[in-house]
Amino acid sequence: MKKRRPREFLMQGNEAVVEGALVAGCRFFAGYPITPATEIAEIMSVKLPQVDGTFIQMEDEIASMGAIIGASLAGTKSMTATSGPGFSLVQENLGFACMAEVPCVVGDVMRLGPSTGIPTYPSQGDVMQARWGTHGDHPAIVLAPSTVRECFDLSVKAFNLSEKYRTPVILLFDEVVGHMREKITLPRPEEVEVIDRIRPTVPPEWYIPYEDTTQGVSPMAIFGDGYRFHVTGLAHDIRGFPTLRSDEIGPFMDRIHRKITLGFPEIQMGEFFQLEDADIAIIAYGSVARSARRAVIDAREKGVKVGLLRLITLWPFMRTAVERVIQKAKMLIVPEMNMGQISREVKRVNEGKAKVNTINRVDGLTITPQQILKRIREVS
Amino acid sequence: MGERYEVRLGGSGGQGIILSGIILAEALGLYGGKFVVQTQSYGPEARGGASRADVVVSDEEIDYPKAIKLDLLLAMNQKSCDEYYRDLKEDGILVVDSTFVTQVPTSKAIQIPFTKIAREKFHREIVANIISLGAITELTNIISHKFMEAAVLARVPKGTEKLNRDALKAGVITARKVKESMRNEDIQPQEFQRED
Repeated sequence: MKKRRPREFLMQGNEAVVEGALVAGCRFFAGYPITPATEIAEIMSVKLPQVDGTFIQMEDEIASMGAIIGASLAGTKSMTATSGPGFSLVQENLGFACMAEVPCVVGDVMRLGPSTGIPTYPSQGDVMQARWGTHGDHPAIVLAPSTVRECFDLSVKAFNLSEKYRTPVILLFDEVVGHMREKITLPRPEEVEVIDRIRPTVPPEWYIPYEDTTQGVSPMAIFGDGYRFHVTGLAHDIRGFPTLRSDEIGPFMDRIHRKITLGFPEIQMGEFFQLEDADIAIIAYGSVARSARRAVIDAREKGVKVGLLRLITLWPFMRTAVERVIQKAKMLIVPEMNMGQISREVKRVNEGKAKVNTINRVDGLTITPQQILKRIREVS
Repeated sequence: MGERYEVRLGGSGGQGIILSGIILAEALGLYGGKFVVQTQSYGPEARGGASRADVVVSDEEIDYPKAIKLDLLLAMNQKSCDEYYRDLKEDGILVVDSTFVTQVPTSKAIQIPFTKIAREKFHREIVANIISLGAITELTNIISHKFMEAAVLARVPKGTEKLNRDALKAGVITARKVKESMRNEDIQPQEFQRED
């Protein structure tokens, strides 16, 4: 009888997100159950107490977001997970986390919207909300896994980026990825790179909590550690207190954007598949990228030169990757389970150089390889 | 095994369809060493409503996670039989729970009263899905009996091992009998013959 391999599991995407978070050091989860993200809360509620972590079911997602910001300020890596309706509620405090530069991770497992929509059906309708859901100009890091193993890897990455850049990071994936089970092999925890926030090394009386640095990220003290600092959603000076002076507000706003821009090479991740000689390029993400990959393989067998740019990072948008693709490919296909959200960005970057085709589906079903193949045939 | 072997289990919420999908996927992937993806589709209800699980298994990495053309369809109610039969390959295998599926779309359909067996033999309707897994093991050559049993026992609650092992066995035996009788009637298609 074949023995099961030690670190091999049949695991759900949502479950892999939890495993990744725990390996990355997450010890606090606050949330409210919602299909199709419930498994994340459910498994966290079992696993966190086993590692001396804290799970709390809050009264709603506004409070959940508030709770994880508080926990993070107290020095604990923390996350929440929700779906569309709850994602709308986290937006206010998400902006607070951007403004106060509090590291935290928010999972949004996308279901068909708007409003209650269809809880059990997939969509990719929250792509723009993940970028612009909270008001005001703010940086956003949004990662989109498309396999179960990637749910694990990007969950770790989300924590690492949030700690390194002192910013909320959103894990954005559709119901198919969240609920899909795949056989995966998990790395040992000691094989995984974990990044922790930089803490101040100066004595408490010298600490300037929002001081600019070369990378634009200030060291972050733990609340209760003897370092006094003030946290507010109001525009603040380098000491953290509200300010009305434009010579302080301007540099602050510039810094919270600059720190992300400087990190582009590390933050922006994509997969280039069969693009070297491609006349037609598909740009896709999430579960749709898997259909697209199948379509590329099938089309290549028929001699059509197609490639795939799979976006792993949705925001900041991978302008340079798209620009590279359109140097050769003059025909683009952007399939999405929404009315056209990433395709708007593609068109913006494209500036009319290539022809952009969209495939949009909002009926609760996934975009199939055949649907993409059909479009490839039409445009080739 | 070809590039992809695709199975769909369909029924209504509460029949244990998704658990069956998970067990089948674990048997194939964790014990059988194949690449495997299991996806599901269901309504918001806890009981009733349509429920379906797709299991795609392959010797290679799997891209598109859902089934495209089915090699095997297990229909635990009439609605799923009617709805998914058109996705079955021409030489695909159709297995139905004849307790609920009274009208079959083809004479090649393998009709086994899983729920009736569960009710009468085990006095527990809940094991109908495990009986059906036994039948799938017997009717296809994608998975060995040993791996299936190991996967079932790893997933079922403690204390119910014997019940589930017996249920699995009942599925195997019943399927074997049905297979024999179909062979006698000389309508036995090739794909029903096991390799081992």
